[in-house]
Amino acid sequence: MKIENIGDLKALKEKHYPLIKQRLGHRNGLGLTQIMVCSGSSCVSTESQAILRELERELDEHGLNENVRVMKTGCLGFCQHGPVVMVHPGEIFYCRVKPEDVKELVQTHLLEGRLVERMLYQEDLTGKRIPSINDIHFFKAQERIVLQNCGVINPEDIEEYIARDGYHTLADAILNKRPGEIIDTISKSGLRGRGGAGFPTGKKWEMTAAQDVTPKYVVCNADEGDPGAFMDRSILEGDPHSVLEAMAIAAYCIGANQGYIYVRAEYPVAVERLEIAIGQARETGLLGKGLLGTLFNFDIELRLGAGAFVCGEETALLHSIMGARGEPRPRPPYPAQEGVWGKPTLINNVETYANIPIILRRGWEWYQGYGTATTKGTKVFSLAGKIKNTGLIEVPMGTSLRTIVFDIGGGIPGGKKFKAIQTGGPSGGCIPEKFLDRPIDYESLKEIGSIMGSGGMIVMSEDNCMVDLARFYLEFTQDESCGRCTPCRVGTKRLLEILKRITEGHGEMEDLDILERLSLDIRDASLCGLGQTAPNPVLSTLSYFRDEYIAHVRNKTCPAGVCKGLFSYRVDEEKCIACGLCAKACAAGAISGAPKQPYRIDPAKCVKCAACVAKCPKEAIVKGSDKEAKINENAGIFSGTGSQESRAAL
Amino acid sequence: MKTPEFSAGPVVRRAGQLYDNPEKKVEKIRLTIDGREIEADKGMNVLEAAHAAGIEIPSLCYLRHINEIGSCRVCLVEVEIKGARVLQASCAFPATEGLVVHTSSARVRRVRKTMVELLLSDHHRECTTCIRNLNCELQNIADNLGIRNIKYTGEMKQLPIHNKNSFIVRDYNKCIKCRRCEAICSKVQEVNVYSAINRGYDTVIAPAFMQDLSQVACITCGQCVIACPTASLAEKECIDSVWEALEDPDKYVIVQTAPSIQVTLGELFGYEVGTVVTGKLVAALRRLGFYKVFSTDFTADLTIMEEAHELLERLERGDKLPLLSSCSPGWVKFAEHFYPEYLENLSTCKSPHEMFGALTKTYFAGKQGLDPEKIVVVAIMPCTAKKFEASRLEMGTGKFKDVDWVITTRELARMIRQAGIDFRDLPDEDYDTPMGIASGAGAIFGSTGGVIEAAVRTAYYLTSGREMDVLDYEELRGFSGLKEAWVELKGRRIKVAIAHGTGNARKLMDRLRAGEQFDYAEIMACPGGCVGGGGQPIFGTREHKEISLDYRHNRADALDRIDYSKKLRRAHENPAVKKIYEEFLGRPLSDMSKKLLHTYFTPRGESPGFDFGGEKGRFAGHVEENLHPVT
Repeated sequence: MKIENIGDLKALKEKHYPLIKQRLGHRNGLGLTQIMVCSGSSCVSTESQAILRELERELDEHGLNENVRVMKTGCLGFCQHGPVVMVHPGEIFYCRVKPEDVKELVQTHLLEGRLVERMLYQEDLTGKRIPSINDIHFFKAQERIVLQNCGVINPEDIEEYIARDGYHTLADAILNKRPGEIIDTISKSGLRGRGGAGFPTGKKWEMTAAQDVTPKYVVCNADEGDPGAFMDRSILEGDPHSVLEAMAIAAYCIGANQGYIYVRAEYPVAVERLEIAIGQARETGLLGKGLLGTLFNFDIELRLGAGAFVCGEETALLHSIMGARGEPRPRPPYPAQEGVWGKPTLINNVETYANIPIILRRGWEWYQGYGTATTKGTKVFSLAGKIKNTGLIEVPMGTSLRTIVFDIGGGIPGGKKFKAIQTGGPSGGCIPEKFLDRPIDYESLKEIGSIMGSGGMIVMSEDNCMVDLARFYLEFTQDESCGRCTPCRVGTKRLLEILKRITEGHGEMEDLDILERLSLDIRDASLCGLGQTAPNPVLSTLSYFRDEYIAHVRNKTCPAGVCKGLFSYRVDEEKCIACGLCAKACAAGAISGAPKQPYRIDPAKCVKCAACVAKCPKEAIVKGSDKEAKINENAGIFSGTGSQESRAAL
Repeated sequence: MKTPEFSAGPVVRRAGQLYDNPEKKVEKIRLTIDGREIEADKGMNVLEAAHAAGIEIPSLCYLRHINEIGSCRVCLVEVEIKGARVLQASCAFPATEGLVVHTSSARVRRVRKTMVELLLSDHHRECTTCIRNLNCELQNIADNLGIRNIKYTGEMKQLPIHNKNSFIVRDYNKCIKCRRCEAICSKVQEVNVYSAINRGYDTVIAPAFMQDLSQVACITCGQCVIACPTASLAEKECIDSVWEALEDPDKYVIVQTAPSIQVTLGELFGYEVGTVVTGKLVAALRRLGFYKVFSTDFTADLTIMEEAHELLERLERGDKLPLLSSCSPGWVKFAEHFYPEYLENLSTCKSPHEMFGALTKTYFAGKQGLDPEKIVVVAIMPCTAKKFEASRLEMGTGKFKDVDWVITTRELARMIRQAGIDFRDLPDEDYDTPMGIASGAGAIFGSTGGVIEAAVRTAYYLTSGREMDVLDYEELRGFSGLKEAWVELKGRRIKVAIAHGTGNARKLMDRLRAGEQFDYAEIMACPGGCVGGGGQPIFGTREHKEISLDYRHNRADALDRIDYSKKLRRAHENPAVKKIYEEFLGRPLSDMSKKLLHTYFTPRGESPGFDFGGEKGRFAGHVEENLHPVT
């Protein structure tokens, strides 16, 4: 069916709204149960699709098809507890469901009308089981605007999106508004690019609209490359139409007829959802020739990226769209002047686009109500690392890192101490505890040596070595450098080599100065954002965790016991019960011993695989600094408590 | 320019206009660089604007209008944007009205030094034994910046040096990834041999699968060598073999010099670009010990005779038209790779230096009573492609190669220095006879348009008995480097075309493919013709710090001056040419001519190293066949 006016959209909304309303918590007496199975990548990888099939089969078997509907939905963000199944009415949140649990779920919940207690979310502190999603703290503390449809609608059904007022703003824009008015609203809302740099979105639209050259293009950057970040993926998987609608509005505003979504090939679910969404939008006349019966044409093509991190940089992405090697180029000219095929191109990130329909629907004044003085709205973050609730969250700009880590994120598991949080992906800085209470926005993060980036957050505990961490990220950026400009190609390699030396115990104090100097020059001189931000992990750890560097260089120790070159395992003789399990586990043949005598580890043979640590029933295998081991070696003893004396002798 | 009265000479036959249109009115802007207010052309970048005002900003990856990618980061300057001083690559940042630029602040100097140190930390610094020693842009910049030690040490690449061919050596360990080879090969020559492979530190700029240049569709033109700021790309030297021959008492080593050598060799001894040093060139070669010093211009005249007759014959028969010139071996290989269906249109004439070799070992040997086996022919060429050409099996008679060794202008300069000859102090000497007698037509072979002009003039004379009027070329539809003209021959209007640079050749050939009609076309592989050849002097020193390749104009102008200054200006008037037909060849296109002076061509495929058969295709590890072994 072709949609030609707002009336058609309203009719579709009427038709589906009762179902949606129920999912939002209204007990509207539909006499219908809806089961929403999370079908985001994370839950799909933990077999949510098998659950879906199992549910359909069970319902069939019990003849419940009339009154129960099962459908896919997008990610709710609580991925740590997936696969997630929600049952409406009641907004019952079942987590960590397995396919074999489905029988019980159908029997108990649907047939007997009782909750399946054991599958409900268990609160960490109290141990209480919480049935409704609305009572789970992880969700209560969030503000879901961009993610409003994720987990609520079926992303593979355009009519459900329309029932959530979808495409209404597009229709309103094309039929009733001038491009200038719309751009004005975007500008006033204060929306800034969510891809990382935070450029004012309205200004970008304005610049592209002002170009005389035609044709123009609209591009969506969905090349989310930060390890552990999946904000864009979740939006595309859970609410693809919001991006399509925003792109069509953008095209109308700047005067484009063709759009491209550059999405990673490693996001097969997102690609599939986008293909379905584009197909449905074309069928209904919301994409293609003559949108909503007007003369305005706009269509979207997908371009699959081959996984290069640098293709998230806009000029590299444009090259890649055109079939060239993904390499950035200097700006100016900006993409707004010369983009795809050398023509003016508007390029925004997925999350930026996802903000557009809602801003236009609810007004810029409303949107301004969220955020800080310089940064409006909300931001989606993905939480990873040493944190209890890994997953996806959305909070207003200006929320403190403490709220994110300890309140929503649930803190550090295992009672460990917080050490740092890295924001902005592999090229972000590591922020120490003293800044946790700062309200975060683009500027405040920059001030403390990090970046907003696209929204990845990785939490580090006392078990993480900050030098090793910097090395890890440099390895990533060096691997992903396109190799075009000197500072990024050679400079990051040299940084990495110095860091490697330090983690292996061969660092000199002078190296710290070289690291800092070179990092600053790379930041200053690199061609694109990848190189300019690559030294951030080094600079921020050097500045906030310098003592760890000094420990590696001067004392040849790794305080966190991570750097393999700087510690050895030894047997605590007091604890050892001479069971011999460690020796059996050791593939390197480094452990020897005799009955009733403490075992010993030969540091020369030990490869530090920690297999013995795992096997020891008494936790008798402990880490000691390498220096200690060397002294012991010289003294003719492999291990033991004699180290105290040796140290004294030093 | 006033054309001398006796001349039917060239009007628009200039190497230049490849990059610039001097007629164009340019708007001026004003900006401040290092506190000085300067004027610049609108559309210039900051580096060019500074250069024009006498402020040199060091750069490595920049090559004007060819490579402006801002990737080496050596040309960084501080630009004031909204009150902040931001580092920008001056080669890629537009000079705009009112811009304030600092090219030598402490920050700029510090970062610039770091960039060069980083490049040097991954560069095989064997300057004293390097082919570009004292002529290396990287070395020059390192010296200017006063780099005395390199703080950043670490892994240095150890990649194999590719030299299993007769023309170009690729040393990846000296590559600084400026991408100038890639740019000139893909944007100017449109051959697309090079591209970036791998990422990060492992990035290399190489032919597909990092193959040797002999195993891909490389046309051997050597433009990449000219473009390379270091010795990552260099000619395959064969100086030592020439010395060996010169020292062998049993050998008669005969040397020939290509037309353009006389206008470029001087640059390597401190002369201005475009200085004619013919006399000193001959004197130097004599002092090096060559038995005879001849000129390829002589066989260029001969080529004109053969090709003019070939043109007339084809026009008469009306087949294999257009006739395409074949004196540029880079273009010939280009055609063999990319336009194999037109190989029968190529003139079957060997290029002049090969004709020379063939005649030396037959005609001249016979005349002098020399054993051809004892003759060694050395060709001084502006060209790396001639090295490849000489190694083709078909370029020989029986067991003899026509030309034994091809050395470039640069190699000759090295030999002169090795021999301790003070070039500037040499007297002017004349070529030996008879194969040193040449007309002005032979000389202009060395720049674009020269071949066709010379051949058409002779063809015109041969058919009408009169000398031809001035030939006016019109630029072909705005493509610089591609021109056409109409000439009346045998009562018929024929259309001739000129293309230089294989990028332009591609455009011309694509128009042929699309059905456009031409009768005769001259195509030279290098922009500007031989004056811009891959074996010509490279500018990278303090004295010749060029940011573009525009100096080719000056060399072409010098060839024109040689032409004008000669009494003898038409090939068919050359008494030595007349004599060789009388004594030896009979007439143009005789059986003897065909045997010695003509050749054939081989289709080579666009991706010679790749087998696209089967489902996925695979790399076949193809090796060039029918070549003399590489030494």
